[in-house]
Amino acid sequence: MKSTDADSDIAALIEVAGLHKRFGSVTAVDGISFNVRRGELFGFLGPNGAGKTTTITMLVGLARPDAGRITIAGLDCSVDPKAAQHLIGVVPDESNLYSELSGFDNLCFCAALYGMPKKERCSRAAELLKLFGLQEAADRKFGGYSKGMKRKLTIAAGIIHKPQILFLDEPTTGIDISSARHIRQMIARLHTNGTTIFLTTHYLEEAERLCERIAFIVKGRIVREDSVANLLATLDDHQLLRISAAQMPENLAELLGNSFPDLSFQMIDNNQLQVSSLELIGVGPLVRFIEEQGALVSEARRIMPSLEDVFVKVAGIGLTDMGRDKEKAGGDR
Amino acid sequence: MKAWIAFWNIMLKDLWAYYLKPPNISWGIIFPIAWTSMFFIKSGSGLGSIPGLLPGVIALSVLFGTTSMLSVTVTFEKKNRSFERLLLAPIPLGLLMLAKTGGSIMFGVFNAIMPILLALFLADLRDVDWLIALFSIFLIAVVSTFLGLFIAVSVSEVFEAQTFSNFFRFPMIFLCGLFFPVESLPLLLKPFAYLLPLTYGVDLLRGAIERKNSLPLWLDLIAICISGMLLFYASLRNIHHKWIA
Repeated sequence: MKSTDADSDIAALIEVAGLHKRFGSVTAVDGISFNVRRGELFGFLGPNGAGKTTTITMLVGLARPDAGRITIAGLDCSVDPKAAQHLIGVVPDESNLYSELSGFDNLCFCAALYGMPKKERCSRAAELLKLFGLQEAADRKFGGYSKGMKRKLTIAAGIIHKPQILFLDEPTTGIDISSARHIRQMIARLHTNGTTIFLTTHYLEEAERLCERIAFIVKGRIVREDSVANLLATLDDHQLLRISAAQMPENLAELLGNSFPDLSFQMIDNNQLQVSSLELIGVGPLVRFIEEQGALVSEARRIMPSLEDVFVKVAGIGLTDMGRDKEKAGGDR
Repeated sequence: MKAWIAFWNIMLKDLWAYYLKPPNISWGIIFPIAWTSMFFIKSGSGLGSIPGLLPGVIALSVLFGTTSMLSVTVTFEKKNRSFERLLLAPIPLGLLMLAKTGGSIMFGVFNAIMPILLALFLADLRDVDWLIALFSIFLIAVVSTFLGLFIAVSVSEVFEAQTFSNFFRFPMIFLCGLFFPVESLPLLLKPFAYLLPLTYGVDLLRGAIERKNSLPLWLDLIAICISGMLLFYASLRNIHHKWIA
């Protein structure tokens, strides 16, 4: 009997098998398969245009897959996209509430879409406004909210009906630090309360902090799927060094590669270089070589491997491809 | 029950957010007054001509009011993605679109009130069969709204909705029997006139107001109902194929 309970605990709530989606000649999602367990916070990570949002739109019933199967809580959503919509909450990548309605009215309206009676939806809306720190703005029109407030209210609207599964598409993109932090706290709290969360983001630190398991998607294909601990363990034997310097030549990584063939080099941005090796890295010769190339080294420090490093390793693409422009705008932490 | 809570609230939200806004209320008043005055002055045949003008003026007021508003509001919501929120709601698509069109149908009926009030004030309308007249107005509002829906789900930009609306509306003005009786249209144009739902709406109203309908009542009713159902079905099909693609 115990084993049955245990099995149901880890049973997949979302099962995706061989999912395909094309837009004209572009393959957006190319035969992906994965499972999300009940109560899990599952991260779906990839660079901009990797297929994250397309996958979510298919999972929530806003798009039909060209091939493959989606099962949510045992309901076949590839045949009937609306089959599981009563179980799910969706927070899209753009805040899409009604600008002409107040925050309170928006939440009440969203609750009504799920058939909640008036008394219940009013109390739930008030509860969520308080939870998200928006009670002061409850009667203000949504159109006048700041980006962070809009994002919070959009998340509140996504959970107004207490869904079993919450789909969060880039929840902290483009908002200020304190709002992003508050939203991450809310996500963690929802997860603790048992909500299954499917999170897409290109902020790897955020995913590392929040998620239990992660799938990396690149060009429509899942390149790696595992628990965060297992993903990080793949780099346990790696030595990482981050060097900060000004005026680094564009081809510095290439020059270093020629002179230090046992080390790997990657430019993080114009002022940062990452060095990785399976052996202990000697800092002195590296710094001297870099300064000989005309750069001014200000710092060299050993760093612990992060999900970013895992991603770079498994996806084989640079961090600049992860949408760092957006990260600077809103994902600073 | 849950689906009906959603239905009712979608309709109420649209009424408050779009249709009951002061500019739209004034549109619902000024536009019919303009139509009525224009036709009355143009006809130049005194107050006795009002009952003859009334069916056309009512039909046009309803047609323009509903198609303008619905095609723009739906396209606008689709554009800013708030329509996705409705598509994510666990209610059947047909019921959702009926809710979405409910406010527009009411707005259409409201558009008919002003010409009727003016006519009541200026002419003798004692012979009007009000039951059939009101039912006809409702049917014209429904079929015009579904035409607006069909337009909204066929385009992606708000300005396209307006352009596409005119593509349907202006031929209707000339072919529905408002300016020239359908029977006197050239043979080549007659089939087009009988393809337009407004032709039957105007004929229904003519029957109710002047007792001068050219087609049997049952034929008008069947034709307008079939037109409405076809437009609604085509719109749902478009949503299925284009918006949940």
